[in-house]
Amino acid sequence: MGEIHVMREGYLPPKQPPRRHLISIGDLEREDVERLLATAKSFSRSLEREVKKLPTLRGRTVVNVFYESSTRTSSSFELAAKRLSADTMSIKAAGSSVDKGESLKDTALTLGAYDPDVIVIRHPQIGAPELVARYTDAHVVNAGDGKHQHPTQALLDLYTIQDELGRIEGVHVAIVGDVLHSRVARSNVQALALMGAKVTLVGPPPLIPRGIEAMGCEVSHEIGAIADADVVYVLRMQRERMAEGANYVPSLREYTERWGVTPERVRPGQKVMHPGPMNRGVEIDPRVADASEALIEAQVRAGLVVRMAVLYDLLTTGPVPVEAAEPLEVA
Amino acid sequence: MLYGKNGRKDDLVVRGARVLDPVEGVDAVLDVRVDKGVIAGIGEGLDANGHRVVEGAGLVLAPAFVDPHVHLRVPGGEDEETIASGTEAAAAGGYCAILAMPNTDPVVDSAAVLGSLIEDAKTQAQVPVGFLAAITRGQDGAELTEMAELADQGAAGFTDDGRPVVAPALMRRALQYHGITGRRLALHCEEPTLSKGGQMHEGAVSAELGFTGYPSVAESLMVERDLSLAAYEEAPLHLLHLSARESVDALRAAQAKGVQATAEVTPHHLCLTDDAVRSLDSNVKMNPPLRSADDRAALVEGLRDGTIGSVATDHAPHARHEKEVPFEAAPFGVTGLETAFGALYTHLVDPGLIPLETLLERMSAGPARAYGLEPPRVAVGAQANLVLLDTEAAWRVEEKGFRSRSANSWLLGQTLRGQVRLTVAAGKVVHG
Repeated sequence: MGEIHVMREGYLPPKQPPRRHLISIGDLEREDVERLLATAKSFSRSLEREVKKLPTLRGRTVVNVFYESSTRTSSSFELAAKRLSADTMSIKAAGSSVDKGESLKDTALTLGAYDPDVIVIRHPQIGAPELVARYTDAHVVNAGDGKHQHPTQALLDLYTIQDELGRIEGVHVAIVGDVLHSRVARSNVQALALMGAKVTLVGPPPLIPRGIEAMGCEVSHEIGAIADADVVYVLRMQRERMAEGANYVPSLREYTERWGVTPERVRPGQKVMHPGPMNRGVEIDPRVADASEALIEAQVRAGLVVRMAVLYDLLTTGPVPVEAAEPLEVA
Repeated sequence: MLYGKNGRKDDLVVRGARVLDPVEGVDAVLDVRVDKGVIAGIGEGLDANGHRVVEGAGLVLAPAFVDPHVHLRVPGGEDEETIASGTEAAAAGGYCAILAMPNTDPVVDSAAVLGSLIEDAKTQAQVPVGFLAAITRGQDGAELTEMAELADQGAAGFTDDGRPVVAPALMRRALQYHGITGRRLALHCEEPTLSKGGQMHEGAVSAELGFTGYPSVAESLMVERDLSLAAYEEAPLHLLHLSARESVDALRAAQAKGVQATAEVTPHHLCLTDDAVRSLDSNVKMNPPLRSADDRAALVEGLRDGTIGSVATDHAPHARHEKEVPFEAAPFGVTGLETAFGALYTHLVDPGLIPLETLLERMSAGPARAYGLEPPRVAVGAQANLVLLDTEAAWRVEEKGFRSRSANSWLLGQTLRGQVRLTVAAGKVVHG
């Protein structure tokens, strides 16, 4: 018997409120990404001024809720909100009522009672941002949910590539390492495919999820496959996610030997990116990380303006003029 | 092996329904008269004898359903379901008998626990219930329960449902004990090192969403092992909630070689695929997980050709707060007693994937035979176990409509075609 195509009415997911969120790159169309990148670019120009604060989101409240440790994401969201003059509040799981066993739903209801405009959430479990979106009226921004998505990371990576290479369409990006445990890889594959880039995933078979080619990428288990790429995107070997005895790789030593990104494996002119934090000497050789081709600091800088653009975009309606930051600053 | 409330037996006439009993070979518009709980007449223009008359024109009257796989959650989970609420849900779903799983707290692994459940069923069960007992003490997979004593006490079968019997030697001993108990072993097939941490079917959707995959081979490997052991011991077995094509293929091959193996499949595995998990709705999280479109096709075909003889709801109630969490944190399981017929009529019969007669057989005689129970029949002299179905009625599945104490249904908000109008169980009108 062949495939069954008939499914009456289909499965209807729970109704989402008609509000905008950024939970997955899948929430975005190509024109949304183009608008966000253009807005981020205009913010980057405004940040070159002596007074960096813009009054754009004065009176708005952005709540950052982080259930997982994070340095660059939480600090850049907080700074992004402050640069736009929003009131910010940051909550970390440790020391909050989460420690006392409060459920995510109850935390969402509690935070919702303060009427925040945006809730930025990072959580170790897939689906946490959807849950918060269901129980609050705020716009929800996913700052990383388990192994699922980290959309602002992918946007800042697109921004970095565009800034460096002048385009995204047609660029070949090789993503190397632990794809299985990486929300960064998933968001990037989706985002790069959306923008017309070519993606090759490279890593040991147990760390490349079965069936991922359906997202529109190629897979290779040989490090030599990075040779043709314009950009080598190195993923962190997520040791904290490597369950004991799981045997994804026999040893980190063997991983580094076979898949580590070393100067010998990088072609001159090839750009190298890494979402951080790096394990120098494991997935990336320090000489590569510190070379001029490495865009790692540029990624961090892009994180600030891209997150400003995301907050701005969610809280303003209608098309955003590319130079929006200019007139707003004198307001 | 089935226990329920005693008491009144009803008198009833169902007039002018399409009587459809695939086992008896009946398919005609007829009247059916029930006298004191027993089918007393089938024919045209029967005298009502002063009985309650139910107008059946345009409806289907069939043998009531048997659900071989229900979690009544007692003892220990009374906030989620009880014998009373679970059997009321069963009645509303058209069932005249259900079998309850022993993965409770405490586990049904002793004659004492089983005995108290049987006593409770005699005062609370709206429809007769059979209780399965555990294969291993505490379902720990280490030591066999006292299976002979449990069978004497009235166990309807044996299962460690929710968990596999991991050690092959122990599985073999349990099969050997079938010769003593005569009761079916029902197996949850899952190779735990392959399914470890698994949240959903391993495939393109899990790769995209980032969930740890629970591959098909984690099920089919165990199915193949258990079928090999059953062949070697020449003992029968029943495979619970199959989900993968490879499992159906292995079962079909074993049956062809004469292995006495039966199997069941759930409405959700017959209607949905892993694509539904994109919603991240915790009400599509179950074990085994929803699988690919190809697996679904194999399950439908297996049900159609009889390789899989039973539909089982695997009705698994969960408290609301347990499911109102991120998908990854939610427990496995969905409810199904009250929606099984509507879901399967809507998704399988109406689109022409399975004939109505086949579905009715797989929901009634199939599961009854798998456990050695008397199949419900529309025949003079038989105890009245009847369901009256409206295949035209469309109804919306809503939380407030459930008799079950829990509402973790994957069908919430959906409109279904096919509704149960009347259920007669053990000679008593229990619904409608």
